[in-house]
Order: sequence, then C-alpha cells, then structure tokens
Amino acid sequence: MKSDNIVNLNSVKESQINFDESLQLVKKEKVVLVGNPNVGKSCVFNYLSGMYVDVSNFPGTTVSLIKSNYKGKDVYDTPGIYGVSSFNDEEKVAKEIILDADVVLNIVNALHLERDLFLTQQLIDMGKRVTVLLNFSDELKKRKIRISTAKLSEHLGVEIIETSAVNKTGFDKIDYAIEHAKVGNQQLDLHFMLQQVMDKSIPQAEALLILEGDQETSDKYNIPNGTADEREKIYIGRRNRVNEIVDIVEFEDSKKGEIFNLLGRLSLTPLTGIPILLVMLTLVYFFIGDFVSQQIVNYTEKVIGKGVFEYNVKSFVADYTPSTIDVQVLDQNNNVVEQKIFAFKDGINANQQLANEFKNFSSKPGTVSEFHYSNPFVRLFFGEFGVITMTITYLLFLLTPLVIGFYFVMALLEDSGYLPRLATMLDRAFNKIGLNGRAVIPIMLGFGCITMANITTRLLGTEREKSIVTAILQFTIPCSAQLAVITVLLSGVGIQSLLIFAGVIFTVLITLSTVLNKMLPGESSPLLIDLPIMRFPRMSNVAKKTFFRSYGFMKEAGFWFFVGALAVGIMEITGLLNVWQNLLAPLTTTWLKLPREAASAFVMGMVRRDFGAAGLFHMHLSAMQATVAIITITLFVPCIASFVVMLKERGWKEGIAIWIGTWVTAFFIGGLVAQIII
Amino acid sequence: MQTAKQTKTPNSTLDKAKKGKPITIVNLPQGNIRSQLIRLGITEGDTLKCIERLPGGTIVVQKNRQEIAVGFDLAKKISVIIQS
Ligand SMILES: Nc1nc2c(ncn2[C@@H]2O[C@H](COP(=O)(O)OP(=O)(O)OP(=O)(O)O)[C@@H](O)[C@H]2O)c(=O)[nH]1
Ligand SMILES: [Mg+2]
Repeated sequence: MKSDNIVNLNSVKESQINFDESLQLVKKEKVVLVGNPNVGKSCVFNYLSGMYVDVSNFPGTTVSLIKSNYKGKDVYDTPGIYGVSSFNDEEKVAKEIILDADVVLNIVNALHLERDLFLTQQLIDMGKRVTVLLNFSDELKKRKIRISTAKLSEHLGVEIIETSAVNKTGFDKIDYAIEHAKVGNQQLDLHFMLQQVMDKSIPQAEALLILEGDQETSDKYNIPNGTADEREKIYIGRRNRVNEIVDIVEFEDSKKGEIFNLLGRLSLTPLTGIPILLVMLTLVYFFIGDFVSQQIVNYTEKVIGKGVFEYNVKSFVADYTPSTIDVQVLDQNNNVVEQKIFAFKDGINANQQLANEFKNFSSKPGTVSEFHYSNPFVRLFFGEFGVITMTITYLLFLLTPLVIGFYFVMALLEDSGYLPRLATMLDRAFNKIGLNGRAVIPIMLGFGCITMANITTRLLGTEREKSIVTAILQFTIPCSAQLAVITVLLSGVGIQSLLIFAGVIFTVLITLSTVLNKMLPGESSPLLIDLPIMRFPRMSNVAKKTFFRSYGFMKEAGFWFFVGALAVGIMEITGLLNVWQNLLAPLTTTWLKLPREAASAFVMGMVRRDFGAAGLFHMHLSAMQATVAIITITLFVPCIASFVVMLKERGWKEGIAIWIGTWVTAFFIGGLVAQIII
Repeated sequence: MQTAKQTKTPNSTLDKAKKGKPITIVNLPQGNIRSQLIRLGITEGDTLKCIERLPGGTIVVQKNRQEIAVGFDLAKKISVIIQS
C-alpha cells in the first residue's frame, strides 16, 4: 500500500478529542457497536450489558437500537448495516447513533473481510474513533486462514482485537479496545474533498455523508449533496482500497479453504430443498404434535393442572363456601363406575362427618371431582371457568409446554442458517405475490410470535412489501400459542381437518397478497441476501432464547388472559354474555354452524386469538365444527400486543384497516367453509 | 485499471449464468442497488463463481468465502461475461 496516499488524522483531530473529553464530565461516553449484519454484534452486546437480546444466524436479527450500560458508559446495539447511508430504515437508525457515537466498536466477521472492511473504512473516513473487533476468529483457525492483525492495524490506523463472541475469547481486551479507539487512516484525495465541506463548519462525519449523497444530512445543513456519480467514485475508491488491504493481510494456508457446506447447498435447490423442508416439517410435527402435545401436556394438564393444582385450590375454597361436589369414579376407559354427590351447605369444614365421607370416597384411584359453588363471585374466580383456576391451568400446564416446544423449534431453525436459504429457494414463488424471498424470515418468525414478526418486517426493502407481509401476518399466520391450541383441538380428529385448515389458510394467504400486490402502488425490491454459514445450532443459545421467549410469553399472556377471563366472567354474571351470544347467534349458529356459546370465544379472541381458541375446548365440537372454529379464530383479529405494535410500525390507517378486515374475512371465510363441510 | 475493465463486452446477463461456471461482471444497474452491490463486494470487473441457478433464475454466486443470493429481477439487469 502506498502510504503517501494516506493521511492519518490523529493529529488534526487532537483538539476535538480533548474537547470531547471535557464534555464527558457531564455526558456519559457513548460506545456504539457497529458492523455488517450477522457478525456477532448482539453477542458482544449481551456480554457487555448483561442483558439478553436475540442472537440468530440470519442477517437482520436486530432491527432497532438497543441501549444499556457498561462500566459507566452507554453501550448501544445497532441493526447490521453494509454501509452508513439511508437506503432503508435500519441504516437510518444506525446512522443517527453512529453520528452521535464517541467510540465505535466495529465488529467484523473475519471470514468476510472484503465485505466487512468497506464499512470499517467508511467509519474511519467519517473521522470516528474506532477499534475493530476481528470476530469469528475461532472459524479462522478451523479453516486455516491467517490474518495479520499487525498489518491490518497499520493500514487502517486503528487497533485490531481478535475475538470469538461465541467462546467469549478476546473479551478481556474490550476495555482496552474502548480506551484506545482512535481515528484511522484516510485516503488523501477523499481527505481534500472532505476538507472543502468541513470548511463550511460541518463535522467530518456528516461532511462525508453529504459527499456520498445522503439527502437527510444535506437537508439538515441546507447545502447540495453529492451526486450519484460522486458517491460511486468514493465507493469504488473505498472498495479498491479495501480489496488491496485484504490482499496484503490475509493468507489462506490451503487454497481449498472454500466452504463447501453440503447441507447448505442442498437446501437451496428445489430438487433437494423441498424434500429437506418436508422432512423437517415432519420432524417438527412428530415432536410437537405427538411428543409435546400428547405425552407432556397430558401429564402437565391432567395430572398436575387438574389433578393436583385445581383439586387442591378448589377443595380449599370448598372448605369455607357453600358447594356441591360431584365425585365420579372412572375405569380405564373413562366410563363412570360409581358416582356420589356431596352437598355442603356451609362449606366442607362445617360438616365434619360428611367431610370425612367425601375425603374417603374421593381418594379412591381414578376419581374425578367437580366442584360447584353457589356464590357467583366464588364461581367467577374458582369455578369451572374460574379466572384463577382456569387461567393458571391453561396457561401454565397446557399452553406453556407447547409454546416452549414451538419456541425451541424456532430457535433451532434461527440458529442453523437455514432461513436465508429457504428465502432463496422460495424467492421466485414469492415474486408472484409481490414479495421477494426475504419475506420468508418475518413470516417464519410469525409462527413464533406475530408481535415480534411485525417488527422484523423492517428488514424488507420497500413500504409495499412491509404492508403485504404485515397483512399476511395479521390475517393468516397462527402464532405459537395459537398453534398450540390448534394442535390440541385437532389431535384426535384426523388428518383431514388439518388438511382443510391448512388449505383454507393458504388460499386466503395467496388471495390476500395477490390482491394487495395489485392494489398497492410501486414496485417491490429484488432479492439480495448474503447466506451465513450453515451449522449445527448452538444449544446454549437455543436454550437461552427459548427460555427468554417463553418467559416473555407467560408474562405478557398471563396478564391478558386474566383480563379476558375476567371480562367473560363478569359478562356472564351480569347477563351481558347472554345478550352478546343472542346478538351473534344468527352468525354463530346459522352461518358458522357452531353452538351459540362459541360467541364467547370471540370475546376472548379479541384479547388474544389463542384464548379464543382455548374457549372452544369444552364445547364438544364435531371434527368439522372444530375445523370451522379454528379457521375462523385463526383469521380473526390479531392479539392486542400485536395490534399495538402494528399501529406503531405501519400507522393508524393501515392498522385499523387490517383490524376490520380480519373481522370480515374471519366470518366470511369461516362461514363459507362451514356451509360446504358441515 | 478501471478503463481496461470496461472495454470488455458482455455476452449475457447474470440470470443466465450456469452452475459451477465463473462469470465476470461487466455492468451493474444504476441507482441505490449499485451502491449496495459495491458495498457487498460485487463490482464491475469482478469474477465470481455461480454456485447455483434455481429454476426461474434466482442466482447464488460465491465471492471468496461469501455466498450471495441474487433475485431474478436484479440478475437480469447485471450484464456479465459467462466464461465457458
Ligand atoms: N463461530 C462463531 N460464530 C459467531 C461468533 N460471533 C457470533 N457468532 C454467530 O453469528 C450469528 C450472528 O450473531 P448475532 O450476535 O445475532 O449477530 P448480529 O451482528 O447482532 O446480527 P444482526 O442483528 O442480524 O445484524 C449467531 O448465530 C452467532 O452465534 C464467533 O465469534 N464465532
Ligand atoms: Mg443483532
């Protein structure tokens, strides 16, 4: 490298740095983690902050700014970017905070130096204080690639620290990295161009953005920005410089170090990719539909939930309040062999003799006790659908194991590097509905949680794509909690129901997106995505993610389930539920061909769709009725949390339109199917 | 260096690349997408390997150790020399 062509701005910047330092007395130092997508920024952030943010093996996991602190400094995790500009929302978010940063920790994937150093050089050109964390150093060793950090440091003019974020190696040098962050080397011609803009008293970072044609920045200072040609000239210059540096610092011991990742390659082409997808779905089906929903949930719900938890709570309540207890002894085929009804006018404790008789009888093996309370408020909280008893059984012992199962599968998928390959394989199919393959990522995440997926739509290139995917998510994709309930409702009614359900939902999805594609103005963006290495999911990450998401689910859902159950309970006591059921009766009984009580499910469904579906459990539906019910509930309104996030992401007009649209579609399609199959 | 690259004439577009064959990029489309490609490391004059061509024309290319998927609509706007 010709060093005469390079200028080190350390001396020039000295005065400014001192100025910054004096400011620190009042202002906390801002350390910002910046890097290309999928290089391990969030891994480093989790380490520094002690917080948990999602780490996955696809570009675009982090889509917003996350703040925390580390040793008295503010640290920020940012969305991955390939360069600083305003091509999309993530870049705008990252750009803002980079401009504000005191120290930039630039995380670089050592396997993709050529790609990543472009951003590094741009950060240096902005005049930021930078240290490079050369991450993925574990993979370097595996692949017998050597990178001379000394030479790299010399050329860039900043410190280089080798790290491996998954093994936490090199992290002991992070304090050094922050402290020794400095302004690096810049090409001379760019330096002169910059100087002209900086003479108008514009800071270097923003001067660079103006030269590179960033509209937002030039608007701010009200001066004309660089043309596309000028930007390209700077970009090509930087590209060439980076390529030259990489040539100098990188040595591949075996030229055959190319990754040949068989499974990764095979999952790209439809010929082998579709069978791989099918095998995977089958495994998931057996894991969730059989193992978790049959073996595990049977135990947790029946034995722990109903048998231990509810029995104890209810009999405790019965000790003190008037109650009637219906005790049945069942044989192995669930036939009633003996039955006794105990009536306690003033609670169990008031009648010791009958109490002993009840205890003896109900302790026989195979007994099931049903508690009926005469006080409506006791019923509200502890009855068959009691706010406390039912909420806890459903949430803790039925939904939670299933939701954990789904989150576990999602985490495996996210960590493997499979999603971007699925995106590539399905790209052409998605083109037909106005999307590109990238849309696979938010849609797949939707099967975990729609609320989360709504935010991930930010990784799509254009507004119209975001609108289409947001609509698809709210209308058609069942989240893990809902899938859990669907699994329970459909288990035992045969594969036919499952096929009808999947077929109908898929048809709605295609129709919806085709219509939106026709209606919305503009054009969608083409696919351009880099494929991460495919590898076996790291169990520690999978376990951590599953835990945090399941915990988040319980925290959020618990509250809303309680609210929903309370609403339905109060409506029942006050007679409002009856009014509502009568009101909807024509719709429920004639059009949807369901029992009129199903109308209560829609009250719960407005809170969360999965609760709506859960309300169907005890209605003794036929197989086809169950199918219609879950189709209707799936197409029904998104849960409150997801609705709120959607309004924030997409605005009021679109949000409300989608919400109303789901009402109409749910009842229209549900009824249509009912008329055909029941 | 740059002028030398541009004297070459393209004989095809990227969507027609064949699996396993090297391709040389001659011309990238204008606009933001051009900058995005340059940042990813794909510039005019580069030689890449096509590692997969999916039915319908989605192309997967490899540059150094990095695999990049390019949608059909973009691929057909990139003119290349397909080496045989
Ligand atoms: N082998 C190896 N894998 C790593 C290393 N650092 C991170 N990873 C993996 O790389 C993937 C991406 O990590 P994240 O921390 O989510 O990356 P990010 O930069 O935050 O990504 P975005 O938020 O998408 O921009 C995960 O699968 C990590 O397990 C490393 O040093 N070595
Ligand atoms: Mg991240």
